[in-house]
Amino acid sequence: MARVLVGVKRVIDYAVKVRVKPEKNGVVTQGVKHSMNPFDEIAVEEAVKLKEKKLAGEIIAVSVGPAQSQEVIRTALAMGADRGVHVEVSAAEYDLLQPVHVSKILAKLALDEKADLVILGKQAIDDDANQTAQMTAAVLDWPQGTFCNKVEKTDAGLTIVREIDGGLETIKTKIPAVLSADLRLNTPRYATLPNIMKAKKKPLKKVTPKDLGVDTSPRIEIISVEDPPVRQAGAAVADVDALVAKLKAGGHI
Amino acid sequence: MLKLNSYGSRKLILDIYKYRFYSAAVPKRKPENEASKEPKRPNESFMANIFRGTLVSKQVFPYPDVLTLEQKETTDSMLDPFQRFFSDVNNAARNDDNSVIDDNTLKNLWELGGMGIQVPSEYGGLGMNNTQYARLCQIVGANDLGLGITLGAHQSIGFKGILLYGTPEQKAKYLPKVASEEVYAAFALTEPSSGSDANSIRSRAVKSADNKYYILNGSKIWISNGGLAEVMTVFAQTEQIDKKTGEKKDKVTAFIVERSFGGVTSGPPEKKMGIKASNTTEVYFEDVKIPIENVLGKEGEGFKVAVNILNSGRFGMGATMSGTMKKCIEIATAHANSRVQFGQKIKEFGTIQEKLAKMNILQYATESMAFMISQNMDSGSQDYHLETAISKIYSSESAWHVCDEAIQILGGMGFMKETGLERIMRDLRIFRIFEGTNEVLRLFVALSGVQYAGNHLKELQRALKNPAANLGFIFKEASRRATTTIGLGGTDLSTFVVPELQESAKRTAACIDLFGRTTEEVLVKYNKNIINEQIILNHLANAAIDIYAMIATLSRATRTAQLNLPTAEHELNLTKALSIQATERVNQHLRKASSGQLQAENKLISTLAKKICEQDGVHSTGVIDLH
Repeated sequence: MARVLVGVKRVIDYAVKVRVKPEKNGVVTQGVKHSMNPFDEIAVEEAVKLKEKKLAGEIIAVSVGPAQSQEVIRTALAMGADRGVHVEVSAAEYDLLQPVHVSKILAKLALDEKADLVILGKQAIDDDANQTAQMTAAVLDWPQGTFCNKVEKTDAGLTIVREIDGGLETIKTKIPAVLSADLRLNTPRYATLPNIMKAKKKPLKKVTPKDLGVDTSPRIEIISVEDPPVRQAGAAVADVDALVAKLKAGGHI
Repeated sequence: MLKLNSYGSRKLILDIYKYRFYSAAVPKRKPENEASKEPKRPNESFMANIFRGTLVSKQVFPYPDVLTLEQKETTDSMLDPFQRFFSDVNNAARNDDNSVIDDNTLKNLWELGGMGIQVPSEYGGLGMNNTQYARLCQIVGANDLGLGITLGAHQSIGFKGILLYGTPEQKAKYLPKVASEEVYAAFALTEPSSGSDANSIRSRAVKSADNKYYILNGSKIWISNGGLAEVMTVFAQTEQIDKKTGEKKDKVTAFIVERSFGGVTSGPPEKKMGIKASNTTEVYFEDVKIPIENVLGKEGEGFKVAVNILNSGRFGMGATMSGTMKKCIEIATAHANSRVQFGQKIKEFGTIQEKLAKMNILQYATESMAFMISQNMDSGSQDYHLETAISKIYSSESAWHVCDEAIQILGGMGFMKETGLERIMRDLRIFRIFEGTNEVLRLFVALSGVQYAGNHLKELQRALKNPAANLGFIFKEASRRATTTIGLGGTDLSTFVVPELQESAKRTAACIDLFGRTTEEVLVKYNKNIINEQIILNHLANAAIDIYAMIATLSRATRTAQLNLPTAEHELNLTKALSIQATERVNQHLRKASSGQLQAENKLISTLAKKICEQDGVHSTGVIDLH
């Protein structure tokens, strides 16, 4: 039975109104509610479903990030993952960590743990990069099934329905493979309170990128982080003629 | 549990007090070891001691912090899934409309683990302590009080007796079922003729000739989960023989009764004003054969079991109410922020500002009390009964006020079902009534405190008879009295609070001094007859309640400020405002408790009440009626 590696990223909760730091070098994260990236929840759910169908034997949840990342690993464990790997990166380093680093880390872990399947969220809701799954497949030189809408086991490998612009595409792939979960793949379950308690007893290993032989030196520099422009106040016009005149003057029609 | 009786027995109040030591010992010691010869130990209750004018700060300063980091993390990780259950699965309005919680929702609640929160994990529960439970109660309170009753009647009282008093065999047999196997529990004490006076119940269990069974007959009313419960904690009279005198006497015994024993039936669900989602029924017992091993606690000690179950669960109500208030304030604030009238957002009006500030103060004080008490209990405190009673009164009345004002802020919108506030208001009404009416609890607070102070006075009188042997005690007392009566400020709270709160602390300290003096004055004046002065006792209780609110907020805001949390400034302001307002009320209550004026007012009140009762209602002549 297959062993599945799932990536779980700790991000600012989707319901939080994100604020830019006064120094304009990032967003305020302190005292802000964080949770598991929603697409990663879908990835975990898919892995747990595979396990329930006896198609997967073991689920390993991986998170790369500072100490608090363990929270989302615990959530994954409470949802049904069997063990966790926390790849610890300092908060300062984490600010400049990019998909290229994370994909190398995940690829190395997939080989070390003898995973047959890597399932990731299609993108994280904080940086919206949408690169990690693709890059991980490339590093491993494994086939990839991105934006999964449906995953089924077929004789030789997997039959995957992918979400593409304006429709769906069905592909077949061998395993090992890297998948990325799209929104409609499934509805993630909630961790129940007894499972949260049980998750505390599941093993959680801590490693560093250095242990894995991955170089995480920054490839980018953050110049500035800006708030989206504030919408300008509108003006009331007297009638349609005035409106048309204004629009013409503004070069809109 | 619903206890709707008019609850008036003085005897019970003192009985509860008498059992203070017993109940205190429960989780720590086995009930069998509890004896009336409990060694004398100092009472650590802050509230009891201020009746003597003494400051015992251990339970209140600094604000307790008993959870380990791991416990905090565990609790934190549960908040989201618990809230999600309420937002995604449960529907409070639907439960209210249908007067029932649908099976799917209940099934989800069981799967979530919400029915065995405090059951140890070896029995399939979550093994959480009081403070962790209180945190989850807040979420329940913010979302659905009706479902909260189903949940609370099950674990806060339904099977709590098994947790507190169960033998290892009883625990092994029942706890796994009620914690996770979808077996509901209920607490069956109240009877038509017996509300709070639990000793007066008429249900009776008779031991079989072979001593292997008890045969139970009787009926209970207003039993929450009465129609659902498979396992019930039932109280009934049993014949006991006094070991000393050999006399036969009726005494209450607690039993674990399974519906499957046969002879257990329940009536239709009662139609109620609120908490409609919860199932409330009568339960009848007809020749129910209870195996002897299902006696809970010792035979003849059922009253103690009942009182301790109720005492140990009461803390949850404050936490629940703080969640409800938070929700009401959110709804009111959203409206105040958006509603425009007379060309302005209504939040700009002083009238609305005053309401919102008051609402937040009440919520803050309620929450501060609730977590102070739960944490005191978790750190093994044995003296929390005055505080839990105060918290029950304060939280239920504050929540009522906050919900009422939220409706007022929303105006007509607030009166509409759609807003959800009217359901909350109906649901809230029972909280001032059940688990000990606020009236009986006020008397309990005042009488317990007065009794404690009275004992101290007696001690002093005794010491004065033999001054040589008790010099230390007398000198200490003399110097305390000297400072308090001259008004140099006997009580000093300055070392406990941050600089920003010094003024509030001084005000609170003055209230405590005045409170001690007034209690003494009242005791000297009325002596034992104080028992009959309910109006004075109520004034003392009201002053005590406000003092506890001041203390709990002073302590908590100090903690927040010292930790430099982002909410520090606001919390300090809430505390300052509360201390100003509460001081005025305390002074007024204490003035009324001690002044001669009150006697005239009291006399009028009793004359009026007498007439009203004679006339079966109001007694005045209609102004345009022919006469």
